[in-house]
Amino acid sequence: MPDLDCIDLVEITTDYFEGTLAPAAVARLEAHLAECDGCTEYLRQMRVTQETLGRPDAAVIPAPGRERLLQVFRAWKAEQP
Amino acid sequence: MPVRLDESGERYSGPDENKILALLRAGDEAAFLDLVDRHAPAMQKIARAYVRDDATAEDVVQEAWLGVLRGLPAFEGRSSLRGWIFTIVVNRAKTRGVREARSVPFSALARDETERPDPSVAADRFAGPGEPWPRHWRDEPVPWGDRPEERLLSRELRSRIDAAIDALPAAQRSVVILRDIAGHPTQDVCNALDLSETNVRVLLHRARAKLRRALDPYLTGEVLA
Repeated sequence: MPDLDCIDLVEITTDYFEGTLAPAAVARLEAHLAECDGCTEYLRQMRVTQETLGRPDAAVIPAPGRERLLQVFRAWKAEQP
Repeated sequence: MPVRLDESGERYSGPDENKILALLRAGDEAAFLDLVDRHAPAMQKIARAYVRDDATAEDVVQEAWLGVLRGLPAFEGRSSLRGWIFTIVVNRAKTRGVREARSVPFSALARDETERPDPSVAADRFAGPGEPWPRHWRDEPVPWGDRPEERLLSRELRSRIDAAIDALPAAQRSVVILRDIAGHPTQDVCNALDLSETNVRVLLHRARAKLRRALDPYLTGEVLA
């Protein structure tokens, strides 16, 4: 199987993280990483980006219509038997 | 009584979830607001992919919360509470989007976003055919330095992440919210959005690559956050 070039590696990082690459492709990618600082850093950055998104404290935006939603909750409470 | 939901940053787990459900059923407002703060922003963004404007998306989110509350007695915990809430908002948003005949349906947005070429990294970062190492980095990624994950939690960078998510094309935004922010398994994302697994992965990849690019200048120190 031919070597993997950097320009192709950056397109399969998600397949790699999600575990959907074929074993031969994983081996090829990891062999490339062992010799390529640029791709190793790229992969690290993609991992950090993804992990940050999953942190519950990553969002800073206020919930839209918080007050309105509280009214919804109170109305729902009032209709409870 | 105010409740702190899963401070560890872990996903909801069984006992915690039961506690929240019990508090909601008992009409505890603090527990409800905590849940709202946690999920409403992402719900709003997902809804926005299906309807015309922010105000309509806000209506959808409101309807979805009412659906959540009314559905509480029937909720059996077969999916996570979070998963169930997101399913409700997607369904409401779809119904509303169909009713108001949004000019471009979600499936068409998704098709357009997957079919168009959209390289993860600008082509000029790689060496061209006449150079010593064609298709390899000409311009390697600049390291993000120590503990980028901590710097990413600064208020300034969090608002950059948020702006970058807002700037994503609609289908990519929905997929990355459901998969990476809400933490749903890929199969659930496929079901919620009526997309194939391949398309979900392509959209997810494109979204993540764009978010990395958006954060890069702040983490390399090129721009002061």
